Amino acid sequence: MKQFDAIVVGGGIVGAACAEALAHVGGTVRLLERGHIAGGATAAGMGHVLVLDDSDAQLALTRIGRSLWTERWSHLPPAVERDACGTIWVAADEAELEAASRRATAYAAHGIEAELLDAEALYGHEPRLRRGLAGGLRIPGDRVLYPPTATRHLLDRAVAAGAVILERTPVQRAGNGHVDLADGNRFEADLVVIAAGLATPMLVDVPGLVIRPKKGHLSITARCPGLLRHQLIELGYLTSAHGDEAASVAFNLQPRATGQILIGSSRQLDDNEPHVDQGIVARMLARATEYLPALGNVPIVRTWTGFRPATPDHLPVIGPVPGAPRLWLAAGHEGFGIATALGTARLLVDQWLDRQPTIDPRPFRVERLSATHRATACVPRGAPECAAVPDQDSPPSPFAA
Amino acid sequence: MENRLQLTIDGRTVWVAPGTTVAAAWVDLHAPAIRRSVAGQPRGPLCGMGICYECRATVDGHPHTRTCQTPCRDGMTITTDR
Repeated sequence: MKQFDAIVVGGGIVGAACAEALAHVGGTVRLLERGHIAGGATAAGMGHVLVLDDSDAQLALTRIGRSLWTERWSHLPPAVERDACGTIWVAADEAELEAASRRATAYAAHGIEAELLDAEALYGHEPRLRRGLAGGLRIPGDRVLYPPTATRHLLDRAVAAGAVILERTPVQRAGNGHVDLADGNRFEADLVVIAAGLATPMLVDVPGLVIRPKKGHLSITARCPGLLRHQLIELGYLTSAHGDEAASVAFNLQPRATGQILIGSSRQLDDNEPHVDQGIVARMLARATEYLPALGNVPIVRTWTGFRPATPDHLPVIGPVPGAPRLWLAAGHEGFGIATALGTARLLVDQWLDRQPTIDPRPFRVERLSATHRATACVPRGAPECAAVPDQDSPPSPFAA
Repeated sequence: MENRLQLTIDGRTVWVAPGTTVAAAWVDLHAPAIRRSVAGQPRGPLCGMGICYECRATVDGHPHTRTCQTPCRDGMTITTDR
């Protein structure tokens, strides 16, 4: 195997996945974390491992991400609290059921198992949902895990392959093949990977790189086993998730291995304070009990907030910084870092080793975000002004554009 | 037992003064735990002001009741999860 030195900056799940993958292809890996492992967006999130089709690129990355988790699912230790519960996208009315049907077709085209449910089938799976719903779309292959322990597991594997983890080691600046620590030391390596989420733009000099915090709230209930079986999400979720509203909530529940239910979700773009916003929580819980009335009798034991690292086009940046071939980014995964961490690491390692990448790497390239390349940015499917613009700086790709 | 309230805690009959919280009545029993954490560790009243959720028990059939915020009533039945 090719021997090289690598530094990974950031001990969230994406950094952990990159460290593990690099260590397993012969890299001598050091991972630097400014605080403690899985202390940022990783710990705050829900831990869903699911396929999403907001854009072709998102579908490709979440699909490979889910399949890589699936491959190792039965080997995950109990602390990871794995649950292959599947997702049901809940359709409130006929229009949403139409949307579910279109999504079923799209998933089928990509070989992703998806089962369209009429109302009767929906209540067969989830009898406690409120009456009057139109149906839903069941994705049996979707999963749930507990992100902090999953991250720890990835790092345990990295360490077993020789990686060194340094916590409480803040990096001030990163350049081509080196990082400058806050304590004045400089580390050098053949490859530096910045997987620092929201902090990434502060560490590197990449014009146009924007990663904004998208605040979210989550609540978790006391143990109430048996209330639901699947992760449940309203079909309007993607509209809500990527809308421009200042604050939005969407129905999203997860049964946890402990018998608790995790309740989401909210999105606020212009609130950078970590405090719990009672008005948002009230809206989020009202939405949840509207869909699952029995939830109204279950106490909430904790509510917290977190910040999704969001890029303007909702796709992570994965790849080398233009002009700095030894400085790579793996950041900006918004709310899907758990689902896509292993896919991100695979894509990164494939390109680092000049292997044929498993999925088209172009939509994730760093340069798409810089101002001079704005016209070639990959935007969600259906945006006609960009769909036909060729990626002029790219060599021919084996993948269909 | 004029002016005393009768409770049943895990099948035991307990008498308390009016105004006593269920958590206080439970503490009087010197029991090791009122409930168990997800990992099976013992838990009992901690903050006494409804914040920590450690003192939950089933009160008159209502699970997850914060006993520190629940005044005793005559005839109440409390089931702990220890």
